[in-house]
Amino acid sequence: MQVTVLHIMPTLMERQLDEAAGWLLKTALETRGQTILCGADAAEIVGDGRVQAVRLKDGTDIPADLVVMAVGIRPSVALAREAGLEVGRGIRVDDHMVTSDPKVLAVGECVEHDGQVYGLVAPLWDMCRALADGLVEAPSGYKPAATSTKLKVAGLDVFSAGDFSGGDGAEDIVLRDASRGIYKRVVVKDDRIVGAVLYGDTADGSWYFDLLRKGESVADIRDALIFGQAFASGGGQADPNAAVAVVSDDAEICGCNGVSKGKVLACIDGGAHSLDAVRSGCKASASCGSCTGIVETLLALRLGGEVEAGPKTMCKCTSFGHDDVRREIVAQAMRSIPEVMQKLHWSTPDGCSSCRPAHNYYLLCALPGDYKDDQQSRFVNERMHANIQKDGTYSVVPRMWGGLTSPKELRAIADVVEKFDAPMVKVTSGQRLDIFGIKKEDLPAVWADLNAAGMVSGHAYGKSLRTVKTCVGSEWCRFGTQDSTGLGVRIERATWGSWMPHKFKIAVSGCPRNCAEATIKDFGIVCVDSGYECHVGGNGGIKVCATDLLCKVATEAEAMEMCAAFIQLYREEARYLERTAPWTERIGLAYVQSRLLPDADARAGLAQRFAHSQQFSQDDPWAARVAGAEREIHAPMARFQPVGEMA
Amino acid sequence: MIGEWLDIGWVEEIPLRGSRTVQVDGGDDIAVFRTGEGKVFALRDRCPHKHGKLSHGIVHGGAVACPLHNWRLSLTTGEALGEDRGCTPTVPVKVNGGRVLICRASTLQAAA
Repeated sequence: MQVTVLHIMPTLMERQLDEAAGWLLKTALETRGQTILCGADAAEIVGDGRVQAVRLKDGTDIPADLVVMAVGIRPSVALAREAGLEVGRGIRVDDHMVTSDPKVLAVGECVEHDGQVYGLVAPLWDMCRALADGLVEAPSGYKPAATSTKLKVAGLDVFSAGDFSGGDGAEDIVLRDASRGIYKRVVVKDDRIVGAVLYGDTADGSWYFDLLRKGESVADIRDALIFGQAFASGGGQADPNAAVAVVSDDAEICGCNGVSKGKVLACIDGGAHSLDAVRSGCKASASCGSCTGIVETLLALRLGGEVEAGPKTMCKCTSFGHDDVRREIVAQAMRSIPEVMQKLHWSTPDGCSSCRPAHNYYLLCALPGDYKDDQQSRFVNERMHANIQKDGTYSVVPRMWGGLTSPKELRAIADVVEKFDAPMVKVTSGQRLDIFGIKKEDLPAVWADLNAAGMVSGHAYGKSLRTVKTCVGSEWCRFGTQDSTGLGVRIERATWGSWMPHKFKIAVSGCPRNCAEATIKDFGIVCVDSGYECHVGGNGGIKVCATDLLCKVATEAEAMEMCAAFIQLYREEARYLERTAPWTERIGLAYVQSRLLPDADARAGLAQRFAHSQQFSQDDPWAARVAGAEREIHAPMARFQPVGEMA
Repeated sequence: MIGEWLDIGWVEEIPLRGSRTVQVDGGDDIAVFRTGEGKVFALRDRCPHKHGKLSHGIVHGGAVACPLHNWRLSLTTGEALGEDRGCTPTVPVKVNGGRVLICRASTLQAAA
């Protein structure tokens, strides 16, 4: 039997599990052959006489021969209502379990206390206690206590307790063991446990719940808390350093690469004084990274304070650097941001504003046409397809291919400026026009007018191809050696819409006088009589960098292939938010040349991978919004008109 | 009669790890956030630093990063986190039967 599970919420068991644990459960069920559709809002059951499909609100039909529905439980209150008792979602009771009729008392799943209805057994016992105390005239009153849920879902253990939503002053202690399919998260506030989520190994659930209910301070055992009761309260083993110190030399530390503790120590003694040096020296912690903590402990034990800091980590959510994350995304064929965070042991539930956009880019680059872009992991400009300004309005830059424009385009821009009362319109450094002061609500209407005149997004807001600046070249200029304008337009047509690690600018100059300033661009072409010089790795900005000469080619086609190959190398290997200038400086021009020049097949391969990914990115994002996509981004959720209350 | 709570829409209208705004005539917008875990919060849509629109920021954990200069503000208290100092007013929110309700009095105060 083929099973498809439809669930209206974005993750499974959202009341019992946080997003990370919900994702693990979904993945585990999927490996058993079930299809899980989250965020699936059922609209109707389709069929004539017998069921044929379930239709979702988005119009998708899921074929089915049998539909099983679970819609939760609600208290049966008919009897109470007929008897004249006050009823909400359940029978309303006060702290002493007395209903609106003082002669009638109620406990359990049928009652509503302080707006809450309970479906678990533990609150029932507490209610009984409160009721009994009330009857014997020693009223204690019912105080809702934290509850816990321990379940086996299709053979998988899950546990949750208390409040695991985080919030102020709450700190997350997270342990992820990807290979064993384990996720543990304990939420601590003011040195006390306030919530816990366990997946895969729930043995310590009752211990965490006990600490939570007693409100005991966990300050002393905090370092070892996440490893569970046996470890945290095991006397001499409470110090994780001591625990690692007593492990025998032949014990395996790194399961991926089969490295023992003895080998790690020998590597450290041999001069590897940083995590990175150990990783390259003996491969420990160089694959999935789950033993990173132990390797760091061994470094600390052996060297004391002399451990050298490794390369900068991606952000505070991880000990991995950008290169590690990127390598593992490709090596382990990861497909989503939650999967990256689980497999790479992220220490926060859903990352931060530094790592989420980076993951989104790396996945987009690794899986062209396949990865679903996560809007909530994009910076505002890329979400709004316009540039945010200090007053919260946006500026809009339509694309002008190679800096060329026409009366029709200029009229459309002039009309937009007047129609939307834009306070300023300015010529940019990239040879196009920037319309300022557009409100987010007006953006789709502005784009509709620009689209109607044949213009598309200029991506002036994106970590993407910005402009291709040109001079007039041989068509007009008495010094021009080649058709620099035409080449610029052709390059822009081939490269627009592509997402990059950072912004990317191109220019084509028609002669060595270089009026298009091609030698301070990410990729610049300087035309000469005998061909085309390709320059790379320049930028203006804070630190002006002139380009390095990559090579000289004879034909326009070769110049265009070189450009595409360089872009793809940058897309695949640079770190997110690293422009080509610091990137080429870091890896060296010789390396770039070695990848692009000697091997024509390798160069063509890069250019083809770029062309492949371009198939999926050359849709005008403005046109999609004009057609109604993500309409809610541009509209307020509600409007409130105070009646004479505002000054 | 004027209610104590303003009904502003369905909770699903706010994307997870995202936000929407409530336009208040004559005042600042209110930004309504939904965290990755589905909790809903509301703040005045104005960063205490340089008045960036918080509704346009990236929501992570229980915080939002302002789109202008990446200040991180707690969704629960409106306080700046980390090294930065400042605070934006919060508006009490409750979700009832899938509808999002924000406190009328606090909305007026925050928007003024």
